[in-house]
Amino acid sequence: MLDDLRDLYQEVILDHGRNPRNLRRPAEANRHARGHNPMCGDSLVVHLTLDPGGIIRDVAFEGKGCAISVASASLMTEVLKGKTRDQATALFRRFHELCTSDEEDDGSSDEAGAVDPDDLDRLRVLSGVRAFPMRVKCATLAWHTMAAAMNGEEEVSTE
Amino acid sequence: MNDAITSARTRPAAGDNSARAFDVERIRADFPILRQRVHGQPLVYLDSAASAQKPRPVIEAMDRVYESAYANVHRGVHYMSQVATDAFEAGREKVARFLNAASSDEIVFTRNATEAFNLMASSFTRAFLKPGDEVLISALEHHANIVPWQLAREQFGIVLKVAPIDDDGNFLLDEFEARLGARTRLVSLTHVSNALGTIVPVAEVVRRAHARDIPVLVDGCQATPHMAVDVRALDVDFYVFTGHKVYGPTGVGVLYGRRELLAEMPPYQGGGEMIASVSYEKTTFKAPPHRFEAGTPPIAEVVGLGAAIDYVSDIGLEHIAAHEAGLRAYAEERLSAVPGLHIVGRARDKAGIISFVMDNAHPHDIGTIIDRAGVAVRTGHHCAEPLMHRLGLTATARASLGLYNTRGDIDALARALHAVAEIFG
Ligand SMILES: Cc1ncc(COP(=O)(O)O)c(C=O)c1O
Repeated sequence: MLDDLRDLYQEVILDHGRNPRNLRRPAEANRHARGHNPMCGDSLVVHLTLDPGGIIRDVAFEGKGCAISVASASLMTEVLKGKTRDQATALFRRFHELCTSDEEDDGSSDEAGAVDPDDLDRLRVLSGVRAFPMRVKCATLAWHTMAAAMNGEEEVSTE
Repeated sequence: MNDAITSARTRPAAGDNSARAFDVERIRADFPILRQRVHGQPLVYLDSAASAQKPRPVIEAMDRVYESAYANVHRGVHYMSQVATDAFEAGREKVARFLNAASSDEIVFTRNATEAFNLMASSFTRAFLKPGDEVLISALEHHANIVPWQLAREQFGIVLKVAPIDDDGNFLLDEFEARLGARTRLVSLTHVSNALGTIVPVAEVVRRAHARDIPVLVDGCQATPHMAVDVRALDVDFYVFTGHKVYGPTGVGVLYGRRELLAEMPPYQGGGEMIASVSYEKTTFKAPPHRFEAGTPPIAEVVGLGAAIDYVSDIGLEHIAAHEAGLRAYAEERLSAVPGLHIVGRARDKAGIISFVMDNAHPHDIGTIIDRAGVAVRTGHHCAEPLMHRLGLTATARASLGLYNTRGDIDALARALHAVAEIFG
């Protein structure tokens, strides 16, 4: 296989794509949004359980899609649990950059401690999409949807 | 039809047989883009149903317009305008002969097939439908033959009905006939499905619709590149196709309409070119086809489309059809040997389109992986979301054939798909 394909379809991604974590609908979830990728017709729903202090107590998703979008959703649910809204927003921003730009930012504009470097490292398996601009939307769909759910929107499209 | 033209279209070469008459390597040499490499691999272009590549005669015909025969058409008394108008109207004649229309006045140029459907949903609806009247489409339609009717439904209160298919993608004639009712004013359906390749038995559809005096509009976008189409033999009332899928340029589409029906229809858009006289109180419109061609038309594109029609007609659509049928059979055999691969659309009668899914790989992942081997296929819903839902899918991968494809292309596709099966296991 070619190098950039091997970077994209790493074992971790194939594993999360095949066996997504937190693929469920928690009864206590209080924010929901559906994200739609018009290019392939795939959509997924993100369920957030936000406590009154603005902390994400639980995050799960439902839906089907390509290996990249499912793996990204699965990984997202793993890193977001216990984060505040601001931390989630900061992590999304850094993740987006990691998917689109060769020069990752150093986080100097983040508030101190907003982004845990270990979380960013876990998400770095998806940085292979950089070489596949048509697939960036697949990698970011779950995150856009999560952001919409936090903001109380119910629908979001990657276009 | 003029005898000289008929014989030019169907003239068999001396000692003709399609294997010898159809020299795919010579054809490939006419398509400069096929020499491109993609990700370091030779381009294997299997996406002609989305848009076909262009042969040199088309590219050169358009260059010639801009280099030596260009001005606005139907407007000037000067020499260049006359030359451009003649070239443009010659394009209309070629399209008329290509479809075997009774007259070139029955050929309306649009921007693409989509605009032709929007024209019909507007002008035909206003001329012939009252609120509550029905348009019957099929479950195989491209969005271009769905959404314009939905807009007309909102605006004019018409009703949209859908004739079903079976799980293999076969069009069901009797089910279709059962949906022709007292209020059906138009049947609008595809000749060949862009997503599954199903060939709809259009002549029989027309026979059953005409038995009830219902006119028929056919979407020929996926038929015209692959088979000879004769609108008078099919007895259709309207026929639509798009230039870029028959090896012509983008920016030009065609609506064929029976003269007496077009004559009854009001304009679609207003502006220059389509009027007989204008005053602030009252404007009168030209006769068809010009009534439906407001504004400066796609001049070089119509000339390019004429060159594309010459190109495929010289090769012979029956030879193209035979070549593609052989390739499709080979492709279905090779693809069926890929572990976990399922062909979607098993209609009895199919054109050169092979839609498929794989057990563990999403179409998007398939498309990305085989692209790295230089193989271009379309992935997604193919602008036919209701059809995908009918089949219980959101997307497929689709390999579509053109006259320049070879067994080598199919082998490259099969090799790349075996690699996908390995990755996703
Ligand atoms: C069956 C069918 N109808 C209509 C269209 C629309 O063609 P265009 O995009 O050129 O208007 C297409 C192509 O996308 C098609 O395959």
